[in-house]
Amino acid sequence: MTNILETRSLNKEFGAVIAAKDLNVKVAKGEIVGVIGSNGAGKTTFINMVTGYLKPTRGEILFNGKSILGHSPRAITRAGMARSFQVAQLFPEMSVIDNLVVALAAAESPRPSFLSPLRSDARIARAEEILTEFGVVNYRNSTVTAVPQGARKLVDIAMALIGNPQMLLLDEPTSGVSMDEKTGLMDTVMNAVRQHGVTVLFVEHDMDVVERYVSRVLAFYSGEIIADGKPSAVLADERVRDLVTGHRPTQKKGNGAS
Amino acid sequence: MRFDKTEISLAAVAIACVLFGFVSPGWLIFLMTIAFAKALVVQGVVMQMRSGLVSFGQGLFYCIGGYTVGMGGQFFGIHDAIAALALGVLVAIVVAMILGLLLTRYRDIFFAMLSLAFSMILFGILVKSQSLGSTDGFNVHNWTVFGWAPEVGAGSQQTVFTMTVLSGLVIAVLIHRYTKAGIGVICEAIRENEVRVEYLGLSPRWVLYGNYVAAASVSALGGGLTALATGHVDPEMAYWTTSGEFIFIALLGGLGHVAAPFIAAIVFSVVRTYAIEFVPHTWQMILGFTLLGVIVFLPKGLWSLVSREKSGERA
Ligand SMILES: Nc1ncnc2c1ncn2[C@@H]1O[C@H](COP(=O)(O)OP(=O)(O)O)[C@@H](O)[C@H]1O
Ligand SMILES: [Mg+2]
Repeated sequence: MTNILETRSLNKEFGAVIAAKDLNVKVAKGEIVGVIGSNGAGKTTFINMVTGYLKPTRGEILFNGKSILGHSPRAITRAGMARSFQVAQLFPEMSVIDNLVVALAAAESPRPSFLSPLRSDARIARAEEILTEFGVVNYRNSTVTAVPQGARKLVDIAMALIGNPQMLLLDEPTSGVSMDEKTGLMDTVMNAVRQHGVTVLFVEHDMDVVERYVSRVLAFYSGEIIADGKPSAVLADERVRDLVTGHRPTQKKGNGAS
Repeated sequence: MRFDKTEISLAAVAIACVLFGFVSPGWLIFLMTIAFAKALVVQGVVMQMRSGLVSFGQGLFYCIGGYTVGMGGQFFGIHDAIAALALGVLVAIVVAMILGLLLTRYRDIFFAMLSLAFSMILFGILVKSQSLGSTDGFNVHNWTVFGWAPEVGAGSQQTVFTMTVLSGLVIAVLIHRYTKAGIGVICEAIRENEVRVEYLGLSPRWVLYGNYVAAASVSALGGGLTALATGHVDPEMAYWTTSGEFIFIALLGGLGHVAAPFIAAIVFSVVRTYAIEFVPHTWQMILGFTLLGVIVFLPKGLWSLVSREKSGERA
C-alpha cells in the first residue's frame, strides 16, 4: 500500500458550479506535493472533501487504502490526516499557548476530563517547545486577535501537527503573509514536517515557493486537474502557462487571498 | 486534595454565611436561601453560555428538581431531604440524557427555542395534572435530615439555608474546577470556533452533551432546594418567565467568575423585593432598566466591577 491518499473520480457540484470534476489523485507516502491554480479553481474544495468537511457529489476517497468517504472531520483527523486553513482557524479570544494546550489535550484523548485542569505543567511545557520550534514563542501569552497573520498561520499549522498526522494538507499557508516572510515561514513549516516524516500536500500561489519544496505539482483549473508531474514540467506546460500561472500578459491576474 | 485561592475564599464566605444565618432575621435568611438556590439554577445557564448556548428553558430542570422533591415526600414516602434532592438531580440527569441527544444538534436561536419548547411541554403537562394540583401545585411534605426533623418554621428555614449554602459551596468548587478542566475549556473553544474543535479530532456534540447534562443536574439541585425552602411547588417553575429570570441573573453576574451568579442572584432578589414594595405595578420596569444598565455599562456583568482592576493592569 504505497499510496497514502487516493481519490477516484471525485466530483463536487454547487448548484451549477462544478468545483471538482473527476479528480483522480494519488499521493505516495512521504511525498511533498504542491497544488497550484487560480482563485476558484477548486483547491480548497478538494481539501474540504478529503478531510470530510464537504461531501462529494460522487466519487471515492481512500486513505491508506481504506475508504473515508462520509467520515466526519474528527474521524479523519483521528485517522491521521490533518489540515491547515486558508484563513487560520484558531480560538480567537484565547491566548496562543491556550490554543496549543487545547490541541495537545485533544490529541491525548477524545474524551475531555471533567475535573483535572487542562492547563497542566506538562502540556504548557510542551506547548512552549512547539511555539519555539515554530518561532512564535514570543506571542505565547498574546490573545490570538492581537497576533499578526503570519504568526497565526504558523500556530494554525502547529496545531494541525500536534496530533502527529501521517498526512498534512496545507491550504495556502503563506497567504496573507508578506513576500519577504514567505520563505521563512515555509522553511519553518517544512523543517517541522520533515522531522515528523509527514506526507504533505500544499496549496501555494507563489511558483518560487512551490519549486523550492515540492517534487510534484498538481495544477487545478476550473475544478479539473490539467497537469500533474515534476514542477519543471508542469510549469512549462502550455495550458498551465495559459490558464494558471498566467505568463501571457492578458492572463495576468493578482492573487488575492480568498 | 489541594484547594486554590478561589476555593478557600469560597469556603470562607460560605462559613461566614452559615454563621450569619444564626443571627439574622428570618426574612433575610429566606431571601438568601431563595437567592442562592436560584443561583445554582443560574450556574446551569452560565455553564451553557460558556459554550455559546443560551438555554431559554432551564426552568425545566428547576421544575424537575422541585417536583421530584415534592412528589417524593407526598407520594413515595421519601422524607429525607438529602435523598429527595439527590433523586431530583438523578431524574434531571436522566431527562437531560434523553433531551440532550436532540438538543445538541442545534445552536443559537434554535437551541434556545427548543429548550424553551421542552420546558413549556412540562408546564403544559403539570397544568393538566389534577393529582398534582394543576396550576396551584402542591405543598412539600415535612422533611427530615438524617432522621432529624427540624421544627417547622424557623428551624427548617435555618436548616435549608445551611444546606443551600453548603451545597452551593460544593457546587461552586466543582464548577470552578470544571471550568478549568478539559470539558470547560473545550466548551469555550466550541463557542469560539467549532470547526477547529472538530478538526482537533473532538466531537463538539458530545462535549456539549456532557455539558448539558452536567448543567441540568446543577439546576435541578437549585430547584429541589427552592422546593424545600418555600414548602411549595407549582407549574410556574417551568414557565418561560422563570427561565427568563435565570438568564437575567446570568447576564447580571456575567461569566467571569463562579461567584458571579450568587452575587447577581442576591442583587436580583433585593432589587425585586424593594421594587415590588415601593413601586408594585412597575417593578418589571425597574428590572428592565437594571438589565439595560448592566448591558450598556457592564457588558461582562457585575463581576467586571470586581475584576476591573486586575484586567486594567494587563490592558
Ligand atoms: N460552500 C460553497 N458553496 C457554493 N459554492 C462554493 C462553495 N465553496 C466553493 N464554491 C465554489 O466552488 C469553486 C471552487 O472554490 P474553491 O475550492 O474555494 O477554490 P480555490 O480554493 O481554488 O480558490 C468556486 O467557484 C467557488 O465559488
Ligand atoms: Mg482556496
